[in-house]
Amino acid sequence: MADALLAVEGLGKRFHARGLGWRRRSVQAVADASFTLRRGETLGLVGESGCGKSTLARLVLNLIAPDSGRVMLEGKDFLGAARGQQRRLRRRIQIVFQDALSSLNPRMTVGVNIAEPLRLQGIGGPTEHRQAAAELLALVGLRPDDEENYPHEFSGGQCQRIAIARALVLKPDIVVFDEAVSALDVSIRAQILRLILDLQQRLRLSYIFISHDLGVVRRVSDRIAVMYLGRIVEIGPADDVCRAPLHPYTRALLSAIPIADPRRMRVRDLGLTEGEAASALTPPTGCSFHDRCPDRMPRCAVERPELAGVAFGHAAACFLHARM
Amino acid sequence: MSDDVVLDVRNLRTRFGPRLGGLVAVDGVSFALRRGRTTALVGESGSGKSATALSVLGLIDPPGEVVGGEVLYRGRDLRHADEREIRRVRGARIGIVFQDPLSSLNPALPIGSQIAETILAHEAIGRAEAMARAVRLLERVGVADAPRRAADYPHHFSGGMRQRVLIAAAIACRPEIIIADEPTTALDVTVQAKILRLLYDLQQEMAASMLLITHDLGVVAAMADDVLVMYAGQVVEQADVDTLFHQPRHPYTRALLACMMGVEDDRAVPLTPIAGSPPDLRDPPPGCRFAPRCPAAEAACSAWAPVALRLTDNHVIACRRATEALVDG
Repeated sequence: MADALLAVEGLGKRFHARGLGWRRRSVQAVADASFTLRRGETLGLVGESGCGKSTLARLVLNLIAPDSGRVMLEGKDFLGAARGQQRRLRRRIQIVFQDALSSLNPRMTVGVNIAEPLRLQGIGGPTEHRQAAAELLALVGLRPDDEENYPHEFSGGQCQRIAIARALVLKPDIVVFDEAVSALDVSIRAQILRLILDLQQRLRLSYIFISHDLGVVRRVSDRIAVMYLGRIVEIGPADDVCRAPLHPYTRALLSAIPIADPRRMRVRDLGLTEGEAASALTPPTGCSFHDRCPDRMPRCAVERPELAGVAFGHAAACFLHARM
Repeated sequence: MSDDVVLDVRNLRTRFGPRLGGLVAVDGVSFALRRGRTTALVGESGSGKSATALSVLGLIDPPGEVVGGEVLYRGRDLRHADEREIRRVRGARIGIVFQDPLSSLNPALPIGSQIAETILAHEAIGRAEAMARAVRLLERVGVADAPRRAADYPHHFSGGMRQRVLIAAAIACRPEIIIADEPTTALDVTVQAKILRLLYDLQQEMAASMLLITHDLGVVAAMADDVLVMYAGQVVEQADVDTLFHQPRHPYTRALLACMMGVEDDRAVPLTPIAGSPPDLRDPPPGCRFAPRCPAAEAACSAWAPVALRLTDNHVIACRRATEALVDG
């Protein structure tokens, strides 16, 4: 895609579990993941625990080396770049984790924490660092003089603001949020999401927003990718994925989410999906979801459906939608 | 008090020990559990919802203690019952399901034996009979191949399956009341749906009352008949589930509902967060505890604590402004 800021192509990663002799096993954590991200866009990445969404984020950032595939940042190969260039490219993509407090260094002041990426990249001196930290604190809704304090003096929501400030200090184009609001209470979560959306508009940022909570993902995303057992099973415009889901797993996920309106949904209306997700150590043959799928066909147990376009910009990996 | 009230909690007050700042975590909470109905206790972290459940069960860690109020079960105040009497009730007449099944289960004991122990602690039956009943309970909660799996240890089960095991233990003595504290919070949403359905089906079967503690308004809407909204240790609004979601009166309830992120709301729906954060209960604000964050607050709100007002049989609010609005028109 010509106007893609980021193009992820066929990323895969297999982890080898420690074991004895013949019991040594491995897990395909992410398989053949491809997507693009346009400037100013938010791609939501949703799935249940163990689906590989956080691993995929780490592969995109090159925090983990992939076994296969590549990451193109404005047409430049991010992972294959020479050391110096990779260092420069790395500035352009940053990440915010779930547990802000533990992602900040407890022995550094907030100001030093925020400026740490500048120091590591060898940009500017102490004066510039202080100034950058003060400006960013104001940008994320804290007081500039908070930079003298230590992370433990702040609440969970405030720590997440600090982590966001640190992610922005190198003026990135892309920020990855990995369950960044999942540990926060409802009222604080809304504050942080509002901040994240405001910053996107002001700074023209592109986001990859990872969460297990489809409600949150929909609220912030332009497009949504749904993962199941290491693979993207559906990707498309947020409205289409939520209103007209193609993949039976996406449908299962949507039907299981309680709606906060007792007139429309009570416990008996919740969708119940057969079984539990298989262990990634022993994934089913064929389509990974076939063992739980209400629409399974004989071929689903044998062949793996490819992610293929069904409607404009909307793709699913399911034989129900495969062209004959 | 009507006949169908199974548990009547009145003006409960609980103070934590000095290590937790000696704060009053539960401050004047009253509610009644009615037969066959589910009451949800909803609020954010630190609102006192779990502390309320632990207080009811007599499980507050000393030196923290329940310092006031009554917990009336069958006309007896459990607060003044001796330890033996409490033990007879807790786990048998009142079944308990906590959030984290791994820390509620003994890692060194097969799950069948753990459920059997619960039964043996409360009933004068033989070991073999207790084991047989444990296996039937595991079958009932959906553990496949229960006779064999009863010999497995907790770590052999997935999170969802462990929660089923815990539920089996909770219902082992056919309780009149089930207290479930964030029973699905750690679970994936497809697993959550099944656990909620199981809890509901069991409650119906046994005509039990349920006290469901959760921070998730979606879960409340799906499960509750009656709802209590807690903020900073106090109940701010109490209503039947339909009223709470469709005619909420307290500004905090309204704000909480506005913060909900449903799968039906897309990017175009503006986010309307509540400003600020909940108060530090070691030093609670004077007057209404929500006043510092409340869009409707005026000076008087911070001067005097609001008086709870009963609007209808099943709708109580503690808010001066909402009360004024009703009087004015």
